[in-house]
Amino acid sequence: MSAKVQVQTTINNEPVEFLCEPRQSLLECLRDIVGLTGTKEGCGDGNCGSCTVKLGDRIVTSCLVLGVEAAGESITTVEGLAHGSTLHPLQKAFLDHAALQCGICTPGFLIAADALLQKHPHPTEEQTRFWLSNNLCRCTGYDKIIRAVQAAAIEINGAAQ
Amino acid sequence: MDNFEYANPSTVKEALSLLTAGAEVLAGGTDLLSLLKDEVHKPKRLVNIKNIKALGGISKAGNNIRIGATVTLDELASSQLIRAAYPSLVQAALGITSPQIRNMGTVAGDLCQRPRCWYFRSGNGLLNKSLVENGENKYHAIFGTGSAQFVSASSLGPALMALGATVKIAGADGKTKDVPVAQFFKAPSAEGEREIALAANEIVTDILVPAPATKNATYEVRHKQALDWPLATASVALRMSGTKVTSASITLGHVGPTPVRATEAEKMLVGQTITADSAEKAGAAAVAGAKPLSQNAYKVQLAKVAVKRALLTAAGVKAV
Repeated sequence: MSAKVQVQTTINNEPVEFLCEPRQSLLECLRDIVGLTGTKEGCGDGNCGSCTVKLGDRIVTSCLVLGVEAAGESITTVEGLAHGSTLHPLQKAFLDHAALQCGICTPGFLIAADALLQKHPHPTEEQTRFWLSNNLCRCTGYDKIIRAVQAAAIEINGAAQ
Repeated sequence: MDNFEYANPSTVKEALSLLTAGAEVLAGGTDLLSLLKDEVHKPKRLVNIKNIKALGGISKAGNNIRIGATVTLDELASSQLIRAAYPSLVQAALGITSPQIRNMGTVAGDLCQRPRCWYFRSGNGLLNKSLVENGENKYHAIFGTGSAQFVSASSLGPALMALGATVKIAGADGKTKDVPVAQFFKAPSAEGEREIALAANEIVTDILVPAPATKNATYEVRHKQALDWPLATASVALRMSGTKVTSASITLGHVGPTPVRATEAEKMLVGQTITADSAEKAGAAAVAGAKPLSQNAYKVQLAKVAVKRALLTAAGVKAV
């Protein structure tokens, strides 16, 4: 057994240090070591997107990243979206549009949708669906999620010109 | 999963010295972590090459465009240099329809990923011909070679092969070598042999794509638009004189253990204008030698149509 490795990183704008084995995924480190259980494990294989977090400025499936790879990086998880008790407009839109039922996929959708709105302030339905195609939801049938994301786009960026 | 050592070198030289017996290269990790979780690969050490600056970036290099090994699929598809000259590569990269995977997966990783064959992934070996022939083989090869009935999972390989690209490899002895993409992929004949021409102690450093004198395109036939591997693809590169083809390069993907060059179809198109008719005939020629398994004859038709549509797309002829 190899020794544990100390990882210095930034999570949701806070410096964080944790100790992990090289084999532990970033997802495992976030949930079981750092205690940020907002990020969920679905398939563990990169297919379902429920573990999506932002690593630097890129969204990744944290089940396919090693915890040790997060050294020196800046990570954003769903816990970093709200400002205190004020929900992020995407979170509010998901509630308003009933874009979740069981909620397991929601943190991944929120992080992925946040990255979408940064790249495309006014995404079309097609852009939204393609962007979220690596995020699976088994409850909603997606329509409510797409409508919530588009409503949040208007809330954040104003109506499209 | 057993634990392993993690190394994070900053130079190619250091990385090569760490690639001793039982060590493996970690780049995007999208395939490797799956293989580790399934215990198909059990490395003693992972050597992360993502922090080696020399392996990144896309730039002009003489008559070539140089693509660094660790360039992500998203960087590739977003690059102005690539978009201007190689729609074929952009189409192939965007066929990996997941922003997350395109942000993680690398160009060299796409070439080096292991096959998706479910018998291989469940620990039954890569060359288990009787399991494949008598079992579930609807996604397997229609151009199998001996016991190799799996399909190469690479999306960029067929496009790079049609474009005449070269893979640059650095070896443990400090020497580098250039391997044409067409020779980089191999159909192994014995278990344990690699399906790529890269030894365990070597690293892909760059991909060199020749200057674009071609009209090129990739067409993928897929079961669904969202994240999945294609069922059959075709990548083409055409040199033209006016409306006439002076030379054609056609490579099929996801139909054999390596990308499959369609030489007969290539010859047939020389001197021709690309029309729905000539493109369809080239498609038929491309699949003439197919040997489908019990459940995948449907892929012959898909590959044929992929060739036709890739040719029409490259030539800018409206598909019918």
